[in-house]
Amino acid sequence: MFRAPFAFRLLAAALCLLAGVFAPIAVSAQDNTSQIRELIAAMPDASLRELEEIVSSLAATGNTDVVPVLEALGEGDLYFNEETGDVVIVTRNRMYDPVTEEEIAPVGETDLSRIRVNNGLRRDIDATIGGMTLMADDPQTRISAARTMGASPDEENIPLLDEALAAETDPAVRTAMENARAVTILGMPDATLEQKRQAVPIVSRTSGGAAIVTLRSALNEDTPEELRADIESAIAGLEQERAFWQAAQNVWFGLSLGSVLLLAAIGLAITFGVMGVINMAHGEMVMLGAYTTYVVQETIRQNSPELFDYSLAIALPLAFLVTALIGVAIERGIIRWLYGRALETLLATWGLSLILQQTVRSIFGPTNRQVGNPSWMSGSFDFYGLSITYSRMWIVVFAIVVFAALLVVLNRTSLGLQMRAVTQNRRMASAMGIRTPFVDAMTFGLGSGIAGLAGVALSQIDNVSPNLGQGYIIDSFMVVVFGGVGNLWGTLVGALTLGIANKFLEPYAGAVLGKILILVFIILFIQRRPRGLFALKGRAVDA
Amino acid sequence: MKNFGAKSALVAAAMAGSMTATALPAIAQDEGPIKVGILHSLSGTMAISETTLKDVMLMLVEQQNEEGGLLGRELEPVVVDIASDWPLAAEKARELLTVEDVDVVFGCWTSVCRKSVLPVFEELNGLLFYPVQYEGEESQRNVFYTGASPNQQAIPAVDYLMEEEGVERWVLAGTDYVYPQTTNKILEQYLMDNGVASEDIMINYTPFGHSDWQTIVSDIEAFGSAGKKTAVVSTINGDANVPFYRELANQGIEASDIPVVAFSVGEEELSGFDTEPLVGHLAAWNYFMSVDTPENEEFIAAWHEFIGSDDRVTNDPMEAHYIGFNLWAAAVEEAGTTDPDAIIETIVGLEVPNLTGGMAEMLPNHHITKPVLIGEIQDDGQFFVVSETDDLVPGDAWSDYLPESAMLDADWTEPVMCGNYNTETETCGGSSASAE
Repeated sequence: MFRAPFAFRLLAAALCLLAGVFAPIAVSAQDNTSQIRELIAAMPDASLRELEEIVSSLAATGNTDVVPVLEALGEGDLYFNEETGDVVIVTRNRMYDPVTEEEIAPVGETDLSRIRVNNGLRRDIDATIGGMTLMADDPQTRISAARTMGASPDEENIPLLDEALAAETDPAVRTAMENARAVTILGMPDATLEQKRQAVPIVSRTSGGAAIVTLRSALNEDTPEELRADIESAIAGLEQERAFWQAAQNVWFGLSLGSVLLLAAIGLAITFGVMGVINMAHGEMVMLGAYTTYVVQETIRQNSPELFDYSLAIALPLAFLVTALIGVAIERGIIRWLYGRALETLLATWGLSLILQQTVRSIFGPTNRQVGNPSWMSGSFDFYGLSITYSRMWIVVFAIVVFAALLVVLNRTSLGLQMRAVTQNRRMASAMGIRTPFVDAMTFGLGSGIAGLAGVALSQIDNVSPNLGQGYIIDSFMVVVFGGVGNLWGTLVGALTLGIANKFLEPYAGAVLGKILILVFIILFIQRRPRGLFALKGRAVDA
Repeated sequence: MKNFGAKSALVAAAMAGSMTATALPAIAQDEGPIKVGILHSLSGTMAISETTLKDVMLMLVEQQNEEGGLLGRELEPVVVDIASDWPLAAEKARELLTVEDVDVVFGCWTSVCRKSVLPVFEELNGLLFYPVQYEGEESQRNVFYTGASPNQQAIPAVDYLMEEEGVERWVLAGTDYVYPQTTNKILEQYLMDNGVASEDIMINYTPFGHSDWQTIVSDIEAFGSAGKKTAVVSTINGDANVPFYRELANQGIEASDIPVVAFSVGEEELSGFDTEPLVGHLAAWNYFMSVDTPENEEFIAAWHEFIGSDDRVTNDPMEAHYIGFNLWAAAVEEAGTTDPDAIIETIVGLEVPNLTGGMAEMLPNHHITKPVLIGEIQDDGQFFVVSETDDLVPGDAWSDYLPESAMLDADWTEPVMCGNYNTETETCGGSSASAE
């Protein structure tokens, strides 16, 4: 599987001579399994410092058989049997032998304890594995090995890298190796000027965000003039690029915050914007949507874990149904008695929001509930100079889809037509044979259902706790009022504007002051344009 | 009014009883159950943390009653809900002390809660045991601080990062209120005293419940890519932590690159999410559920039985209540009465075992001695202790690292009897900076 590099064999042979002191028989590099087993057997009782020594001794055996056990140790998959002291690798509830990687059948009830490591040891292990897997068969392993070498430059790696580069054909792996080599050379005190000058463009091309740091740390008082000029011009170029991407990053962050605001506010744009009901329990609808996601995920976890990646898709319609039904019940039970009495509606829905919060607290407990990210929503990817997290990206997409779907419902369906008719002129609509109470209930249900959908999305980035909704209610009202009551496009523009403005203010003013400034801005804006960005015109305004 | 009537009737009956010396049931002031007030938020924002503390107090009272109570009297818990509303906390404290006539109160989580009930305890001469780590710069005769002061949590954590991880650049990130502000002020001074340049310190505050961490996390990443080892010291409170850690994980910041050491994240907070991406981030506390001692094992078993679930975790403030309750119980036994003045006099110098295998001693400044543990988050939501102070650290009410409080000392024993004693001028009343 591995082509053991010559250097390792040499090193291992030397170490085996040393090892002869405590291992009575000197063994060859290929046959030091018993020594490896001995080292592994010492792990359970070792302190963190002793573990460090064991790891370096394991690496020194030069035998690539130790890679799995080191990997398992770093990832916390290495356990030992509390009675017998046997060390085993445990993944997905199966036990494997640490050296041969053969599966071991569990014998009765075994009490396994994990061998624990800390950050420092984890770094050691990564560096060690990096050195041992540079020639592995899998290109991904080779890339990560090269990256580890780049992250902790060591001149001893240069011959290894040279050897690997000579044999390497995969362009991505070559880039990673060249980068590791260039970074190492820049940091080496005894590399020649020519070598270093060659390394500069490679580093600035391949190191990504870390390039500036690497280059800057290569500068010191003794840097020769020519090299200094090279490095400084490279840094200047990179910084210009970085300033551009920073601005782009801010726009992206703003869009993503804006889409969260949009999701939270869009349901309110219906209940408050279209119906004119001040619904303080709107945030609780969002919270209920998030709890629906939690319940769905729990059920999936217990019954069919393989469906976990689809949990959000299952949760979406359920969350919509649950919150829409509750919304209809609220409208029929409370709000319809209070039409035209804004203050009473406000107080009643505020009280309702407290009741809903406390109910959820009594049922699910006051602590946060765990809602996991499906695999397609975790992690991030680099898009040129931007680092984009999947969860945020999908939420932006989701917000746009919800917005578009809502536009279609309002403008292209008969229910939408009736809704608009009722809100524009209730009596006329009633005279035309529209069941206005039914339409009211449907409209409120739709607004609440969309809040539930928002809850599913927010469960991915925020806490699922009874207080979830409270954090969004003020922001939602802000967006709707700023965008213009009764206008969906206003809500869209309002949410995105506030999101982006917030993100551009934050680096300069800080998160706290940024929020205050936005609030002041909105107050001033409302003074100038009391009806928001996109004011409704015509008779509907006076209704 | 009704209560007043009932009480005077009791007193009258008691007097009658003692005069006639008949076998009437004992009902005088020092008879009947000893009342233990529990002053925590059971609804509102802080319910997430405080409900557990209420439960652990109920458990401790129940255990004590099984062992025959105190002074041969039964203990009776009186639970009130302060609903995360601080003016209400003061009202409820007054209600506990005057209407319910409790002998001792265990409660509060936030500093603002403590600050708002303080005058009530001072005025009515009650006893408050406060179980949460806090910013220090305070010592009050009627309050016992069983949580950590900054020198028992923040300073050792920073020391660990400096020595073990070789951190040279620091991000002090916190929620915008008194505890993070004061702690960060102390830490900033401490770091500067240790030769950290001011451009290597970044301080960042966020509002309560902040949920959009994208900018801040990418700022931290940028700050951390300056070639020096960087760490984040987080005093971010409560709910804001989950989105913060999620954003860290999503942007691919791993503990081995930029470790985060948190002072407000414990087992309870972690039980809300998947800790797999957080492995290696740190927390500093005086107690971890994973600490392997017989006392702790017993405590966890009792807790699981009491709460009826094996999934519930234990955490540091719970241990603080455990220690506080035992200290108070020991003082009651020793003094032979529940009278606050007698307790305040007796309790100083008493020792009870803590759960991590040492003794907690009540100091004259009303703080206690604690071990300091640094733990790394594991993927099961527990902590693995990577460092532990050799000796117990005595709680320091007034930080030695702030110029305005370095000369202050608290000592509630004779002859000083002062919460902010100025050791330079040798007067009680502190420096101009102290509000108490």
